[in-house]
Amino acid sequence: MKAFLLYRDRDFSSERTSAPNETELAQDLHLNVLFDAMALGDKFILEVSRNVVLSRLRDSQAILYRQDIIKDCLKNSSVVREIYALALESLECERKLSWGIFSRYPSSILGGSISVLEAFVEILKRLRSLAEVHSSAFQSEGFRQFFRMLMTELSDSYIAVVKDHLKHLRFKGGVLISAELGKGSQGTRYVLRKPCNVKKGFIQRVFSKKQLVYTFHIPDRDESGAKALSELAFYLGCMNLHARLVEITAHVCFPVPAGLEVRMHTFTGLYDLCLALSEGRSVVENDLNADNRNLVVITGANQGGKSTFLRGIGVAQLMMQAGMFVGASRFCSNVCDGIFTHYKREEDVTMKSGKLDEELKRMSAIVDKVTPNSILLLNESFASTNEKEGSEVARQVLSALLDAGIKIFFVTHLHKFAQESYERQKKKAVFLRAGRKADGERTFKILEGEPLQTSFGEDLYRNIFGVDN
Amino acid sequence: MTSCSVLFTSAEESMTAETAEMPAFFVDLNLDQIVNIITAAKEEYNLKPYFYTSLKKVNAIMYRHEVMRDLEKKMLFEKVETFARKMREMRAHLLRAKKLSYKHQRESWFLDAVELYCGAVQSLSADLDQEADLESRGLSALRDYVRRYVQSDAFTSLMAETRRLKHDLAQVQYCLLINYGSISVRRHDSETDYRAEVEATFEKFKQAAARDYSVKFSSSEEMNHVEAQVLDCVAELYPDVFLHLGAYCDSRTGYLDETIAIFDREIQLYVSYLEFIAGLKHKGLDFCYPRITDSGKEVYDSDGFDLALAHTLSVEGFQVVCNDFHLMGNERIIVVSGPNQGGKTTFARAFGQLHYLASLGCPVPGRKAQLFLFDRLFTHFEKAETVQNGRGRLQGDLLRFHEILSAATFRSIIIMNEIFSSTTLRDAMFLGKRIMGRIMDLDVLCVCVTFIDELSCLSEKTVSMVSTIVPEDPALRTYKLVRKPADGLAYALSIAEKYRLTSERLGERLQR
Repeated sequence: MKAFLLYRDRDFSSERTSAPNETELAQDLHLNVLFDAMALGDKFILEVSRNVVLSRLRDSQAILYRQDIIKDCLKNSSVVREIYALALESLECERKLSWGIFSRYPSSILGGSISVLEAFVEILKRLRSLAEVHSSAFQSEGFRQFFRMLMTELSDSYIAVVKDHLKHLRFKGGVLISAELGKGSQGTRYVLRKPCNVKKGFIQRVFSKKQLVYTFHIPDRDESGAKALSELAFYLGCMNLHARLVEITAHVCFPVPAGLEVRMHTFTGLYDLCLALSEGRSVVENDLNADNRNLVVITGANQGGKSTFLRGIGVAQLMMQAGMFVGASRFCSNVCDGIFTHYKREEDVTMKSGKLDEELKRMSAIVDKVTPNSILLLNESFASTNEKEGSEVARQVLSALLDAGIKIFFVTHLHKFAQESYERQKKKAVFLRAGRKADGERTFKILEGEPLQTSFGEDLYRNIFGVDN
Repeated sequence: MTSCSVLFTSAEESMTAETAEMPAFFVDLNLDQIVNIITAAKEEYNLKPYFYTSLKKVNAIMYRHEVMRDLEKKMLFEKVETFARKMREMRAHLLRAKKLSYKHQRESWFLDAVELYCGAVQSLSADLDQEADLESRGLSALRDYVRRYVQSDAFTSLMAETRRLKHDLAQVQYCLLINYGSISVRRHDSETDYRAEVEATFEKFKQAAARDYSVKFSSSEEMNHVEAQVLDCVAELYPDVFLHLGAYCDSRTGYLDETIAIFDREIQLYVSYLEFIAGLKHKGLDFCYPRITDSGKEVYDSDGFDLALAHTLSVEGFQVVCNDFHLMGNERIIVVSGPNQGGKTTFARAFGQLHYLASLGCPVPGRKAQLFLFDRLFTHFEKAETVQNGRGRLQGDLLRFHEILSAATFRSIIIMNEIFSSTTLRDAMFLGKRIMGRIMDLDVLCVCVTFIDELSCLSEKTVSMVSTIVPEDPALRTYKLVRKPADGLAYALSIAEKYRLTSERLGERLQR
């Protein structure tokens, strides 16, 4: 049974090799807030959602495939939840059996195993009838294929055959169901065997011709049975998240993915979804038009929402490439190969590196891993030295990365760097500035604008310390 | 008998120490690492609260200097160590007793624990009496206390009773008759020693070096149930001794003298610190007893260093670079600038560590030092951006400064590291000057690490110190900080070069 709910042509493997920058990415973009909102305390959903979101799709078609499935999920949430509940129920049966094995009497293992199988058949039947009743309400290719698979694989005749076998096995006491104890004493490798002639002695039986007529495997949870479940778990996560966003009146849209090689980054009404979730309300939105540009430099007022803006971009990109909706009213960007973040860290406790040394070491590690068509989010990088030299290092690092086809969003207070790039590459880059009203109040809006010498730190000083005399 | 303390000059101080928690600046100054190393092998003494409590009076610090100096004498140090070892052995006995399940066995271990205690106190008393030249008030008072204590009724009666019980128990003898499944126990009744007879009989067969066939009993401290039953029978055969033992255990639970117990713990602050610095001294690093001032603000240290870094470096076999500082007259603020990766933060940390360690009454890194007794110590180091608290980085920085400046008095010390890196240069200069202005108004001692040269020459209160490079090779840092005007050079590119991040190197790296 193949679910194909995450990919058109293959199963989702939870044994993903994690990308080396995942920890940083999750920390810098506050992704745990997102994962928690998806999981709602369910550890299984948490694990699967995390895996799916972090293993990015790089193909627009694959993204659209999932988007369609999510749209179906949002339309038919009760049916999807019911299917998920059935899957959970089947796992529950298996768990109950493993308790039975504690008795260690062969007879109870036998009986227990058959009970599990019988329960499974019941669940399969219910799954199929769900498919029959509701399949017409689903439009996505993924779900249509899933339901078709259920109906062919779990046909009446197939279920009848299985039931017949089970009945047979139940009555003939000599049937053996073998089971082994797997990890955590969970039963594994259940094998049903046709009864042999019990009157034959042990030796004879070993040498008699093999009478194995029928073998029936119930796959381990880790193999394929749970796969349909794990694929669904991701969609459950999306539904949970969507429900929460509706609750706090934060809107979403399905993004339009563009190809890896083109340069698109245009959105309206983008907000930092994680911030909205943790604040429990809708938050400031921003627009951007950076199509055909490689560099976005963000300067401007302290406490003006620059970091939030940057996070919003990162989170939306990740969600888009997971096939999810994003926190915006309109969002289009090219898919990227890798997403990297370079944020400030604390002093190195091993006392090996000074601050600049430490951050450049991390930058160098990114360079080792970065591929063309990646996105790099830099938050106040190169600030651990004086402005003049920091600007020079920034210039050198950025020009090389841009030449290599990497898209960069750079939040910076290095005015020298920002001003010089503004003069040099107005055409190739977008320059944004965090807004401020004349009276010093922050708008949290990030708008196009030339870099300024001041980030209006003075406003904050006056707010906190009062006016000096 | 009045109690005495080798750590504290007042009950009030020792009370605060009991509940002390790690001060906020510990992590910034890497004092947490230092204290973890010092106390690692001393967990049973729970010394950390002592290390978390800085003293507020010069006299209290002098009190500790005296004890520390006394302890630096090898003979005395060893005697104290012997005492500590016996006390640890005693505690091990008590712990064992607590874990055992058979009453009589438990009681015997308790008795041995008390015997160890009496021995430890007696030799401590004798050892201290031999120390005619104790200079410290703390240890002299303790010597007098112990002298009186060993002569007190409480101690002499404890000792006499313990001895008598040990003696009586040593007299107990019994016989076992083992016959298949049953064991009979009875008093030993002057049966002759059969061994001699047997040995004599077979003497003639014994050749030069006879092989040893004796079987070793497994002597697990845990009794099995047969042994326990045997012991029960023995107790019935000798009811007087065992009843006495039982009563002794009930009545002597509080045998441990409080002052002795406190001394046993408190002295470990000195012992652990001296053991820690011994390794560094051995590597040729200097420690000294600083002059402590609580009025004038002239402070200096020559050949000081960061203790945490020195430990790490010496473990890895690297050289430690020492630095000096001297603030005199109206000078209050050391503004540290210069090359990245040049030891600026280390210098700032060392300044904080020196003052803190001095406030504990410990010898500090350096050849000669005079340090200021602060009321509070504040640090401001950059933090990684944490979960959204609705604050940008700069706002967080400013709020923290506001807190510090509201809480600081003219007797405080402030250490700040790379302030205002989270805004434009122009803003940073504005803010830096304002904050420095407030610090100068407060007249506090301060170290400020910055890339803004202008902060180093704001007034007569500021002193500029610069980390240096090897002139022929700017990529090499000397880790030496010298007093000279800031020159605006950070040599950041040499670090970019080190990580192959110049545009040329990057061009090569990214050509894949």
